[in-house]
Amino acid sequence: MSKNIKLISIVLFTLFSFFILLKGLDKSNIYSPEIKENNVNFNFKAKYLFSEEEVFINELLNNEGVSLINIWASWCLPCRDEHAYLLNLKSLNKLSIIGINYKDDEKNAKQFLSELGNPYTNIITDPKGINSIEFGAFGVPETYLIDNKSKLIIQKFIGPLDDKSFAKIINLVQ
Amino acid sequence: MKILFRLLIILLFFQNYSLAETSQEVDKISKNLRCLICQGQSVYDSQSDFALSMKIVIQNKIDEGKNDEQIYEYLKAKYGEWIVYDPEVNKNTILLWVLPLILFVFGGILIIRKVSIK
Repeated sequence: MSKNIKLISIVLFTLFSFFILLKGLDKSNIYSPEIKENNVNFNFKAKYLFSEEEVFINELLNNEGVSLINIWASWCLPCRDEHAYLLNLKSLNKLSIIGINYKDDEKNAKQFLSELGNPYTNIITDPKGINSIEFGAFGVPETYLIDNKSKLIIQKFIGPLDDKSFAKIINLVQ
Repeated sequence: MKILFRLLIILLFFQNYSLAETSQEVDKISKNLRCLICQGQSVYDSQSDFALSMKIVIQNKIDEGKNDEQIYEYLKAKYGEWIVYDPEVNKNTILLWVLPLILFVFGGILIIRKVSIK
């Protein structure tokens, strides 16, 4: 009798572990944290890409409507893919797009823009990647939709923009 | 000449010492931070762009005079609780905290029973 109980419990435990691991396989291991603070009232200055002047992020945001902040680099391949979406958004003329040039060589960055077109209203540089940390960024490319009035991040897009996120942005802008 | 040489060595020694001092604090904090884009590495271990920037940010915060707790809080606000290797007690993590205690008590009962039977 006790032998049976042992056997049954071993079988049950194995099955239990098996299903837990099986479920774990489907689970995506990209962790998207719950952000407590999504205000972008930053008090740091960053240099423009096209001039030597420095500016506060806040000054780049208008007082109404929404802005798009896009972290990019010339060495980042997915950024090339999403560039068409940004150009498309620019042609709508509904929101200002602020580019953050992440850990890039300024010459390469300018080359990248002259090659593919410049969708950005303003571009600031982030040579050490520390400004992007203020946004809670993981890497490039990343895009944030920001409400200009409240200075809150409405939506984060981690990774390159695609049809789905593009549609979402259009929806939120209109 | 010899004296100058010795002075130089002493000077270099102190310079290295002070450099080590500042990065030690960064090391200590970055060992407790999860590198969010690398699997199973701390910020201290990783050489990814994310981790390198993070170390600069930590150094800057230390220079601003922030203490460890304030730096952890700052990063938690930006990246969520996942960034620290120290889960808070809440309803998602209660099992994590309570399970070792349950196992400990259960094991204790087993031992006591075994001993008292003998």
